[in-house]
Amino acid sequence: METRLHRKVLILFAHPALQHSRVNRKLIAGLDRLEGITFHDLYENYPDFYIDVEREQELLSEHEVIVFHHPLYWYSIPAILKEWQDLVLEHGWAYGHEGRALQNKVLFNTITTGGPERAYAADGYNHYTLRQLLAPIEQTAWLCRMTYLPPFAVHGTHLMQPELIDEYRQQYQRILKAFTRGELEVEQAAGLERLNDILVGTQKGASDVR
Amino acid sequence: MYGESLFVQAFIYLGAAVISVPIAKRLGLGSVLGYLLAGMILGPFGLNLIGEEGQDVMHFAEFGVVMMLFLIGLELQPQLLWRLRRSILGLGGLQVTLSTLLGTLGLSLFGLQWQFALAISLSLALSSTALILQTLNEKGIIKTGAGQSAFAVLLFQDIAVIPILALLPLIATLPEIISSSGHGSHTWVEGMPPLIKTAVVFLSIIVIILAARYLMRPVFRFIARARLREIFTAAALLIVIGIALIMTKVGLSPALGTFLAGVVLANSEYRHELEGNIEPFKGLLLGVFFIAVGSSLDFNLVLENPGRIFGFVGLLILAKIVVLFILGRFFRMGLDQNLIFIFALAQGGEFAFVLASFAVQNGVLPVGIGNQMVAVVAVSMALTPLLMLLNEKLILPRFGTRESEEQEADDIHGDNPVIIAGFGNFGSIVGRLLHANNVGTTVLEYDSDHVETLRKLGYKVFYGDASRTDLLAAAGAEQARFIIISVGDAEKTLEIVETVKRNFPNLSILVRAIGRSHAYELMDLGVDHVYRDTLDTSLKMGVDALKLLGYRSHHAHRASQKFRQHDEAMMAELAEMRHDTGAYISRARQAIFNLQELLKMDLEDGGEDQDFGWDPTSRREEAREYLKKQKKGDE
Ligand SMILES: Cc1cc2nc3c(=O)[nH]c(=O)nc-3n(C[C@H](O)[C@H](O)[C@H](O)COP(=O)(O)O)c2cc1C
Repeated sequence: METRLHRKVLILFAHPALQHSRVNRKLIAGLDRLEGITFHDLYENYPDFYIDVEREQELLSEHEVIVFHHPLYWYSIPAILKEWQDLVLEHGWAYGHEGRALQNKVLFNTITTGGPERAYAADGYNHYTLRQLLAPIEQTAWLCRMTYLPPFAVHGTHLMQPELIDEYRQQYQRILKAFTRGELEVEQAAGLERLNDILVGTQKGASDVR
Repeated sequence: MYGESLFVQAFIYLGAAVISVPIAKRLGLGSVLGYLLAGMILGPFGLNLIGEEGQDVMHFAEFGVVMMLFLIGLELQPQLLWRLRRSILGLGGLQVTLSTLLGTLGLSLFGLQWQFALAISLSLALSSTALILQTLNEKGIIKTGAGQSAFAVLLFQDIAVIPILALLPLIATLPEIISSSGHGSHTWVEGMPPLIKTAVVFLSIIVIILAARYLMRPVFRFIARARLREIFTAAALLIVIGIALIMTKVGLSPALGTFLAGVVLANSEYRHELEGNIEPFKGLLLGVFFIAVGSSLDFNLVLENPGRIFGFVGLLILAKIVVLFILGRFFRMGLDQNLIFIFALAQGGEFAFVLASFAVQNGVLPVGIGNQMVAVVAVSMALTPLLMLLNEKLILPRFGTRESEEQEADDIHGDNPVIIAGFGNFGSIVGRLLHANNVGTTVLEYDSDHVETLRKLGYKVFYGDASRTDLLAAAGAEQARFIIISVGDAEKTLEIVETVKRNFPNLSILVRAIGRSHAYELMDLGVDHVYRDTLDTSLKMGVDALKLLGYRSHHAHRASQKFRQHDEAMMAELAEMRHDTGAYISRARQAIFNLQELLKMDLEDGGEDQDFGWDPTSRREEAREYLKKQKKGDE
């Protein structure tokens, strides 16, 4: 169990209008310089949605942790990420009888939402928890024989103070580094509601990722 | 014989420039000091190669200053004036006023009559535009905070000369000297009473402004249609010389007239072309001018009374330093910037020569004082490059704060980040897209009719041939981020690319290729961004053709995207293969074959399109097999 697995992380980032972004713009700052992490900006690479399937599949093969990083748009992912799924996750490659290219890789979402955390509950105005809303992705991971982890979530972006955004940025980087250094226990993480909690969870967890 | 002596003269001057300037630059002294030294060495007090005629040459070479002021005027659009208003009026105004007050007070204390003191101070308050701009430009600091401030002050001074010239006769206390100014020419206003004289002066200025505003543009348009470069050059020179003539005739400095004409023409589409045409003449003449200043330095006058002359030079420089230092503090300049600013402006200028002779002729100053003044100014000018060097090498490293000049640097010319060469059907679409997104573009266009129309629509368009280095420089090629070359002529395009690559290596190039082989040639020249001009349109047409044949829109669209990707990959590959001709032919054949194959693969078989992820065929097969297995199990 204590096999230290250094995992390379692929961040598939999707934001159609980064010029209007306040939160994600900060969250992604400096990611491309972290070791063991590949930052891949989908809208920047494919402004015409003409996704290079071969290249994307190569990238996936080269990494062990896949992150869908995006703002929540209509309780779901931005359009290009859906297009990416439709085209890149080919039958016979990602899933199906012979499709095992993604087997045992880890998948999770990094999500920013305008709504506050309490709104994402049965008695909140959004009625569903974020994890519930992400069911299609969780199920996709399952079909591709991947391990799905809870999302790293940043709620209540509309009025978020710059200091807090910065705090989230540091949390995010700590978690990503924990993956690349093999300091994050996937099984423990899988049981959480949000990946953020791995930092404040058990003493061990906290010291692990620092 | 006259011709021969002219050649000898020209030979001496050019030889002096060619030898002394590179040496001076090598020693880090700057070209101006090189010219000055050459002048001193060749002059009557050195080798005596240029003697009495030095004075005549100076008159002739003053024309370099005239041209420079014309060029400065051309740079001075109203917008730029507005942006620098605080510096020009505040810094410049205070500099002239304070220096004049201080000078007048000081000289009066020496026992000079106040009218003399005032006339001298007014003349000495002005610094040397020619010297400073040339030096700052050479050192590459014209666009720093200090450079801009100096420019603003010089500008105010240049403008201040007009009222000074007009008002000086009013404080005349001596009889007017009816004489010729070197050439035996007579002005039209000789002997008129001061008030009428002043009126004539203002009138002629107004005439020049009106003519520049309303007459010159249609004339230029007419000339431009002839499409002969030398005629345009001739016209440009004609204007400058013509104005200089008129101004001399009314007894005014020709530099002022051309400066005014320049300002009025600054917003005209012919500005860059004019700049490009006048620039080389200006450079040469300024050089000759500095040589003449050097040679005309009256060493006798200095030697007769070295203490007096050098004492005055010292006082002049000291007074200027004090005033400039106070102003720098007042306007919150950093110490470094302030020091550069101070040492740049701490001298008398060529206007003092003009004002001195003007004042003497009009009976404002006695001849003796006038001559001394000229000597003092010349010495102070010769010292300026040395002082600046001193500041640069000794003072700044020791006391400077080393603040970054970058952060204060502001584009003095307000240049745009993008230059577009060729604003026809192709370039105009690029330009409009940028324009619509508030990206500033400077457009160069060779069709004068086109230029006219676009200007009316509010575009910043200039007339000229974009393969000329000087025009590109004038359009801001040094500062721009990149140039878009979208002219419709393949040969011209190559020419422009070569010019840009050679002279502006930092400027990125986006270029329109006219057909495939042109694209290869451009790639051979090392251009990264090559755009085949019909590619997108023909692909779009192809998509529509497919649709008319019954293909779904998205299917046809994806097919064109795929096709394009393949085609671009082939382009890059072929560009490298091209040099080996044998390989080229076979590769090219193969490319054609490839395209056909690709087209077939993409479109022949309805089930085999390239977006496999959207194709459920394999899933259906797997489902069918699964079903079969289940049935077997059931049996
Ligand atoms: C088209 C669109 C749809 C959105 N849908 C949701 C939503 O369903 N739930 C929610 O909480 N916020 C929603 N938002 C708010 C964004 O999630 C929020 O603005 C974003 O996460 C802020 O991150 P940024 O500053 O990086 O853009 C939506 C925003 C847009 C533009």
